[in-house]
Amino acid sequence: MAPEPDDPVLTRQDVAKVAKLALLDLSDEELDRFTPQLAAVLEHARDLQSFDLTGVPPTHHPFPLVNVFRPDEVELADDVREEALAAAPAVEDHQFRVPPVLGESA
Amino acid sequence: MTATATPDTIDAGLPAGWEMVIGLEVHAELATATKMFSPAPNRFGGDPNTNVHPVCLGLPGTLPVVNGKAIELAIRIGLALNCTVQRCVFARKNYFYPDMPKDYQISQYEEALNVDGHLELPSGPVIGIERAHLEEDTGKSTHMGVSGRIHDAGYSLVDYNRAGVPLIEIVSRPDLRTPDQAREYVDELRSILVTIGASDGKMEEGSLRVDANVSVRPVGATELRTRCEIKNVNSLRSVGRAILYEARRHVTLYEAGERPIQETRHWDEEAGRTRAGRSKEEAEDYRYFPDPDLVPVDPSPEWIDEIRATLPPLPSQRRHALMDRGAPAAGAAIAVSRDLDGLALAAIEAGADAERVITHVANNLAVDRAESLSPAHFADLIRMESAGELTATQAKQVLADMVATGRPPGDIAAEKGFQAMDSSELETLVNGIIDANLDEWGRFCAGDDKARGKLQGFFTGQVMKATKGQADGKAVNALLMARLARDTA
Amino acid sequence: MTNPVTLPDGTPVTARAGLASAVEVAAAVRSGSTSATELLEAHLARIEAADGALHAFNHVTTERARADAAAVDAAVAAGQDPGPLAGVTVALKDNLCTRGVPTTCSSRILEGWTPPYDATVVERLRAAGAVVVGKTNLDEFAMGSSTENSAFGPTRNPHDPARVPGGSSGGSAAAVAAGLTAVALGSDTGGSIRQPAALCGVVGVKPTYGLVSRYGLVAFASSLDQIGPFAPTVADAALVLETIAGHDRRDSTSIPQPAPALSAQLGDGVEGLRIGIVSELSGQGIEGFEPEVLARLHEAADALTAAGAKLDTVSVPSAVAGLSAYYMIAPAEASSNLARYDGVRYGLRREGPNTAAMMAASRTAGFGPEVKRRIMLGTYALSAGYADAFYGRAQRIRTLMISEFARVYESFDLLLCPTSPCVAFEFGAKADPLTMYLNDVCTIPSNLTGQPAISVPFGTDATGLPVGVQVMAPLLGEAAMFRAAAALEGSR
Repeated sequence: MAPEPDDPVLTRQDVAKVAKLALLDLSDEELDRFTPQLAAVLEHARDLQSFDLTGVPPTHHPFPLVNVFRPDEVELADDVREEALAAAPAVEDHQFRVPPVLGESA
Repeated sequence: MTATATPDTIDAGLPAGWEMVIGLEVHAELATATKMFSPAPNRFGGDPNTNVHPVCLGLPGTLPVVNGKAIELAIRIGLALNCTVQRCVFARKNYFYPDMPKDYQISQYEEALNVDGHLELPSGPVIGIERAHLEEDTGKSTHMGVSGRIHDAGYSLVDYNRAGVPLIEIVSRPDLRTPDQAREYVDELRSILVTIGASDGKMEEGSLRVDANVSVRPVGATELRTRCEIKNVNSLRSVGRAILYEARRHVTLYEAGERPIQETRHWDEEAGRTRAGRSKEEAEDYRYFPDPDLVPVDPSPEWIDEIRATLPPLPSQRRHALMDRGAPAAGAAIAVSRDLDGLALAAIEAGADAERVITHVANNLAVDRAESLSPAHFADLIRMESAGELTATQAKQVLADMVATGRPPGDIAAEKGFQAMDSSELETLVNGIIDANLDEWGRFCAGDDKARGKLQGFFTGQVMKATKGQADGKAVNALLMARLARDTA
Repeated sequence: MTNPVTLPDGTPVTARAGLASAVEVAAAVRSGSTSATELLEAHLARIEAADGALHAFNHVTTERARADAAAVDAAVAAGQDPGPLAGVTVALKDNLCTRGVPTTCSSRILEGWTPPYDATVVERLRAAGAVVVGKTNLDEFAMGSSTENSAFGPTRNPHDPARVPGGSSGGSAAAVAAGLTAVALGSDTGGSIRQPAALCGVVGVKPTYGLVSRYGLVAFASSLDQIGPFAPTVADAALVLETIAGHDRRDSTSIPQPAPALSAQLGDGVEGLRIGIVSELSGQGIEGFEPEVLARLHEAADALTAAGAKLDTVSVPSAVAGLSAYYMIAPAEASSNLARYDGVRYGLRREGPNTAAMMAASRTAGFGPEVKRRIMLGTYALSAGYADAFYGRAQRIRTLMISEFARVYESFDLLLCPTSPCVAFEFGAKADPLTMYLNDVCTIPSNLTGQPAISVPFGTDATGLPVGVQVMAPLLGEAAMFRAAAALEGSR
């Protein structure tokens, strides 16, 4: 899956697709501006391909810990419901109100 | 391990020559006091947004911490399903949905806690378990609108009480072949989860939810064809109905020269059919990656052994304990499902006949009253019945009194005046009744099966009347048949 | 020559005459010789006088601070000890959650949001008697190296208001440099504490990953983010770090150990310590290092040699690839961390005909261009077909770097390099994103490896702009790192 040296690193269509996946509405002007900017970063990132990583595992945590658990005990924070609902853009019957949801939960 | 389908179940519901290939994904909420990663209470119901904490609301700056009890329960499930319990990591599944406070779900992807297990159905087949992994539940949206249906909703209201509740997702291999097996699988799985205290298994409260992957293929084929995932299957009854509907739909398509497309479909209980979800322009890209806020879970062999030592006997072990002592499989399954297998086992161990024990346990005992029954008295009762001292009918009556009073069967039988009727005594009585009703007997001997059946009832009734219901019905029938054989020889 | 921001009496804000260090303040307040209120009022007056020009603060919590200072004074009057930071004023980067006080991350999308809880570091500071004076400006969601990406306008460098203070914790760096607060906290994901500390001429520390709880820090890149102090002196930074460090059960990545003792060892010197100058991070084969920055680095090396340390150069080849790895990993994690800003539960909402449209409209209106760029970069790096080549390879480069640094630390106790290749630059000078990113080359390796690093002011360039040098240490090597930093500070 590693990109070949001659591939265009990133096209305008790629950027549009990624923006959609990230739920960002980009104008034509923004697409024109962001595409070369992001392509330059990816171009620079080609040096990632120059290292021999055979047998090298990924690192997800810089300080390795395992088995960090909390006890199964309820902690009720004060007034969280009221503060959370007070912060919401729209509320009805102590619930968060949103426009109609299209499609189904994945 | 693959289930071997028996011919009579394969064709249940599908045109000849086709078989179903079914895999189930069962989500079960774990019976913890708090949520998976947040110290908010895990409880069903409650006013909207009351079971919440900054962590499960996904407020900026909050961090998840794993509930150790959820890991323990998940390991119990893994062991009960004969899985390998292994080092695992939590991963983020990224997609936008208002029910999910962080707009990603913490789940397990490449490295799951439990893998490669199996579950034995009461009817025999062994179903492979691919994995049983942990994840967090979503909140709930209520769709408000004229019809209440999602597409014409005016707006939605979101309640995060359920968001973050620990879930185990148990993924079977595509080893199930009939809707009945699928129901049996769900029922058995539920029974295991409840037995080991991992979940309350309440489908009606949504704490157990089923998605079914269904495909069909010609009998004898080994390939896996295009499957559809059926969601929203929320009762044991709809599990069977939804699978059957979907499998028939596939066969119809194939027989018309078409083929199903791989998609997610929803079961509409009222309409009794599945429907395609909203078609998506492109496949979902969940961009899974290990959650950097959480560290790996690496259960030590000692911890796993400690948990294993606390597991109660599982339903399959309990069935086998009875079957190993001569109980028939179906009866053993009923005894276990009624939670009366302990009583049955004790009675058998005390010397009672296994089949008679199972018959009473399966048919004649009310579960809520049975705990007052002494296994020793129960075994005595079976011995009396086996020895012919009580007829089946008498034994049933005595059993009812034993449950009500706690007294031994001998006392009750004596008080009721029950005593075994000598077989020659019964034969004399039967012959006397035949002789007093020779017209009927003639018609009995000459009649077809239907007429004979009616008259058999007449003669049995006369004998019962004469003995005040204490004759053994089976013995009476045997005597009638023996006389018939002689008179028509 | 620079043209620093001045106070009404004409004194440059960067002149620290008359300002006590945090160590001195705490001692004076605990002994009752000074009142917390008096000290607070001095800082509030400086904020009033200078912050209009600097814009270090998004929000000054004047009334709360007065109440807290009064409580400290009351405790002292009652014979109680308010704690090791008694009366010390602290400014908090505005991505640290404060109950009842707006926390914006300098983003429109969180404007007006008030957290219902305090970050762990905030609880610990307050318990130690510190007085929070306000929330400081940053690059939106900590994404940037200049504070130019703040939705509320940039912070200006106190040494020269035409120049950036660095970033992303530019507000905290500027506030400390200008004496608007005794100390401050920032967060460092790729250099966001150390680089602005260098550019503003103050001490800045990125602790070992996991030493300070991240609970209550609004996440940028979870596996890289660490909270750390800004202070005018190494001793003040040590005092603050001792207070905020130590295990927190609310953060799964928190190291299960108590806070290290740092202050007591500060004067122990560097005699016999082996210190390596990392050639790849000191201009070898990379353009853009200013000669005066390198000159100060070599003077720093000489100063450490004079103090008894053994200096040598050392090569860490993968350190350079850190930049590319970082600009895959950090955006990837950010793309997921910032998904929750969707207009449903808090912050800005723009309406739409359905939920997905509402979410997209809110995110589009609420995020600035740099945040959008990084979300898109990270989404791309994680997406099907590219995840292995970008995110996956970056995490494996990280492993390579960790093992290379581990090998180097077999022969060295500490490593040395500049904090930033350049001094404070003018606004707009690095408008191209990649050019800005390249500025982080020296600081990024510590974030990828989780290792601690400190930036210490070490002279200025010819125009008087501060230069910082960076001391790096292996995991949990803070004690020796602080000793070297104190030695550098003492040599000036």
